[in-house]
Amino acid sequence: MATVTREQVQERVIEALASFGPEISSITPEATFEQLDIDSLDLVELAQIVEDEYGVVLKGEDMKELKTVDDAVELIASRAA
Amino acid sequence: MPDKRRIVITGIGAVTPLGVGARPLHEEWAAGVCGIEDGAGRCSAFDPSEFLSVKEARRLDRVSQFAVVAADEALAQAGWGGPATNGGAAERPYDPFRVGCVIATGIGGIATVEANHDLMREKGAARVSPLGVPMYMPNAPAAAVSMRHGLQGQMYGVVSACSGGAHAIGSAVRMIQYGDADAVVAGGAEATLTEFGFACFNALQALSPTGSSRPFDLRRDGFVMGEGAGVLVLEEAEAARARGATILGEVAGYGSTSDAHHLTAPEPTGRPASRAIGMALADAGVSAADLAYVNAHGTSTQLNDAAETAALKLALGERAGDIPVSSTKSAIGHLLGAAGAVEAVATLQALNERLIPPTLGYEVPDPELDLDYVPGQARPLQPVNGGPPVAVSNSFAFGGHNVALVIRGAG
Repeated sequence: MATVTREQVQERVIEALASFGPEISSITPEATFEQLDIDSLDLVELAQIVEDEYGVVLKGEDMKELKTVDDAVELIASRAA
Repeated sequence: MPDKRRIVITGIGAVTPLGVGARPLHEEWAAGVCGIEDGAGRCSAFDPSEFLSVKEARRLDRVSQFAVVAADEALAQAGWGGPATNGGAAERPYDPFRVGCVIATGIGGIATVEANHDLMREKGAARVSPLGVPMYMPNAPAAAVSMRHGLQGQMYGVVSACSGGAHAIGSAVRMIQYGDADAVVAGGAEATLTEFGFACFNALQALSPTGSSRPFDLRRDGFVMGEGAGVLVLEEAEAARARGATILGEVAGYGSTSDAHHLTAPEPTGRPASRAIGMALADAGVSAADLAYVNAHGTSTQLNDAAETAALKLALGERAGDIPVSSTKSAIGHLLGAAGAVEAVATLQALNERLIPPTLGYEVPDPELDLDYVPGQARPLQPVNGGPPVAVSNSFAFGGHNVALVIRGAG
């Protein structure tokens, strides 16, 4: 797990978010979840994917603070490292 | 009692095994086309991506997808504009808090239950989807229609198995009559053609082992399960006229009783069901002499078709044998919680097209069942007593529910 890069995490997060509905081209690091119409239910699904993939457990508390795609990537990458 | 508010129908929508839309339901059925294949009435032509975004589609079980698409069609016909999310809310003719939404389902999102149960067994309880409950809850179809169209009055699902769609319409009628709403989007939806759905209904020995739906025929051996949805836009008559709506017809009467007899078998004398029919006729202020058609529950089970025939004879008396009776289930199978709503749509279409579609597959009469079941082909509907034609639509259900609707066509 120690070998996972930030780029890999970003790629996986974007892929996961795209499967929830938004156009993949709109999912930039700066995009906010509000802009992407990603809500709390989507974030729970994202947390499940991340845990399966990287063994990183994200709780509701962790997710509440996330505003942008990059916020999520940063949190997951730092925990996975 | 003061005069009741009258309830008119201004839009209809359907998704059925005969196609997406209300029109194929009548046209295909009247042409003798049967939508049943390999022992099931599947909505094979339905592609959710034609109507729903990725996000919408993945958050709605198939049962809610059917409801939403049928509601879109009904509301478009009523002239209410498109989904609220596309700006259609600006065209709504009523205060959104005065518009209700009642959508039945017999089972709910069973495919979602199955998929999540599999996930739990394979990967553990923590891997169950957060979308599980909001997708399978039986009020999900009603909630989906309400959200999509910005309907903010009373909104709920109805749970009464195979009479749910008819109960939804009856509840909507009473809601408007009491003055709690000016309009209600009402209907039913079902999507149970899953491995578990078939297993459970098969275990009950309710399904036809030959995969044929031939109501009232001597050889009938069970029902064929179907899927889909029917939705009607109901409005208080004066309000609908004031806004210049096209009036398609009227839900003139509603009656409902219970058998208090058995979990699955109908009460064999037909007395409780006949009371529901009698109540609906009285509610509409009409008698058997006024009826041009009966759209039967007609499931193709031994017990239902016999009990329903008995109920019709009790309720309609000497005229029972003169009134054409046909079953939509002969063309699409049994849509369970959607059946009553889809069949209300089909009844209205028969009245307005002045054409009674036949009971398909009815070839060998049962000597015990002696009504006119409209064998062979569609038949012109003969209005009786002048004025717009009137019909009864029956819905009965496991649990002992009986519902009759009296529907009046356009003049």
